[in-house]
Amino acid sequence: MKILLVGNPNVGKSVFFSRLTGVRVIASNYPGTTVEFTKGYLKLGEDKAEVIDVPGTYTLDPTSKAEQVATEMLQDGDLVINVVDATNLERNLFLTLQLLERRSPMVVALNMWDDTAHRGIHIDAKELEELLGVPVVPTVAVTGEGMKELVNRIPEAASPSAPIQTHDERWATVGRVVEQVQTVTHRHHTWLEYFSDASVKPFPGMLIAALVLFASFVIIRFIGESLIGYVFEPLFENYWAPVVMRLSDALGSSGFLHDVLVGQLIEGEIDFGQSFGILTTGLFIPFGAVLPYVVAFYLVLGFLEDFGYLPRVAVLLDNVMHRMGIHGYAIIPTLLGLGCNVPGILATRILESRRERFIVATLISIGVPCAALQAMVIGLVGGEGLQYVVMVYGTLFVVWVALGLVLNLTVKGFTPELLIEIPPYRWPPLRTLASKLWMRILGFLREAVPIVLLGILAITILYALNVFDYIADLAAPVVSGLFGLPSAAGAALVIGFLRKDMAVGMLGTLGLTANQLVIGSVVLAMFFPCIASFVVLGRELGFRGLLGATAIMLVASLGVGGLLNLIL
Amino acid sequence: MSDERQISLTQMVAGQSGIVAEIRGGYGFVNRLSAMGVRPGKRITKLSSIFMRGPVIIQVDRAEMALGFGMARRIIVEVD
Repeated sequence: MKILLVGNPNVGKSVFFSRLTGVRVIASNYPGTTVEFTKGYLKLGEDKAEVIDVPGTYTLDPTSKAEQVATEMLQDGDLVINVVDATNLERNLFLTLQLLERRSPMVVALNMWDDTAHRGIHIDAKELEELLGVPVVPTVAVTGEGMKELVNRIPEAASPSAPIQTHDERWATVGRVVEQVQTVTHRHHTWLEYFSDASVKPFPGMLIAALVLFASFVIIRFIGESLIGYVFEPLFENYWAPVVMRLSDALGSSGFLHDVLVGQLIEGEIDFGQSFGILTTGLFIPFGAVLPYVVAFYLVLGFLEDFGYLPRVAVLLDNVMHRMGIHGYAIIPTLLGLGCNVPGILATRILESRRERFIVATLISIGVPCAALQAMVIGLVGGEGLQYVVMVYGTLFVVWVALGLVLNLTVKGFTPELLIEIPPYRWPPLRTLASKLWMRILGFLREAVPIVLLGILAITILYALNVFDYIADLAAPVVSGLFGLPSAAGAALVIGFLRKDMAVGMLGTLGLTANQLVIGSVVLAMFFPCIASFVVLGRELGFRGLLGATAIMLVASLGVGGLLNLIL
Repeated sequence: MSDERQISLTQMVAGQSGIVAEIRGGYGFVNRLSAMGVRPGKRITKLSSIFMRGPVIIQVDRAEMALGFGMARRIIVEVD
């Protein structure tokens, strides 16, 4: 049996899905979190039912790509669980009626039931059940309230013979139903609602946005640095280093196996940044240098997502971003890209036009450094002084804007106007924040650790075979001539294709000047995306799009790297 | 019902409310807005707008939404 979760955007379908199936998925407080369809399984008595989390849709008349996908998925469902936002009954019921007209057996979940009480809304669920002719169960997916009853009532799912109606007739029916089952009492604004109003006004909204941005940077840096300084570095230096040192002695301090596992000893000691063995730098990059920042970044991002702040930024920035050929909502994939470009590029699906998706995905892969790269840049370049870190970020930001302006003028097509729902602010439950953070950390480790370890192995072998000298000679005209870096940095650029954090780590072994580090970091950030983003980019943009993006990338990174070399 | 009280969303000031009188646009546009709850006869409040022809933020029932300037211009409201 196939069960489909269908409902308006941002009614909590993904949380609902996790509750039903135990499959953890990323859920956030903004419309469009689910762009890929996810499936899981639910035990129904003896049977196992497949549950599918369908992307949110307002109507079954497909007016956008996402809605088209949702409508197509409806074709092969056996049963529909219609998740309804109980605080917005009228609008949600329109879709409910459309679903009923399709005659698939259905159960309605009145979700966010806990929100109705303090919003002064009273809904008679029994009455609604009678009027619709299908089971109606009040639920609170985030706490799990009502979920059991909902599952118990799935066998009662009904498909009453609902007449096919025109738009106007349907709205009239919705009106009558709402009239009968819902009473709303007036109540005053909560301070969260005052804050909500304030954050979409130009003033103080822009001020709030600037403060949020600044606070996010400070908090991320504070958490990241604290984790590194007090947890990870001591752990590596005091406990792990002696273990590896003993291994190094046992291996006789040299030889191929020693180089693979431990790497080069620097002045007879292990240097986690420079030794480049699997057990030294290979573990230190993902765990010691990058993980702390990944944790810090996703903690802050997760809170902003679940609190519901991001759509407000989209609204505030909309007209500025239209100059770059994208609308404000593009800020959400871009911010996700600051964590890892892969989910960022995937999230471009919330944008409607192909042109927009191309521009945003290209901008992300060129001008938006991922958390792993940023952590290494902050660690490496930050050691030379904060002004150099600012130079790296400043350059990338200018590139992002300038490239956007150019793409807006050159890419064909049009950018549709902004039309989004702004969710109310909600205090995210700690448990959901923690579980989302945990998923993202696991995702990072699963992605990063194997590639870094294999990468280190590859680097050691390639060094042993002198392949890097060959690459260095080949790349010398560009790397030395254009960027003003030692030709050995060419190897780092090549390794950047595997993982950017590792590549920055390689730059750290070359004894570069501060200016050279800035140039190297910027070029690494802009140059070819890592393999994971490259694959996703190809999947999302198609072959021609990928070629286009890659060409832009090469031209831009050569240009900017050369320019920086001239200026600095 | 005088026409003078019918103005577009972009002409309304923040905080002003009214009843949606007309949505000027094609079938797709009208349908999309109506599915989101914006349709003739609905009470609508303009919460704010962003300068330089930025989006307009409105409230309909308990939902808030933002729509581009060009769209907002095509929504005609009979203000209170």
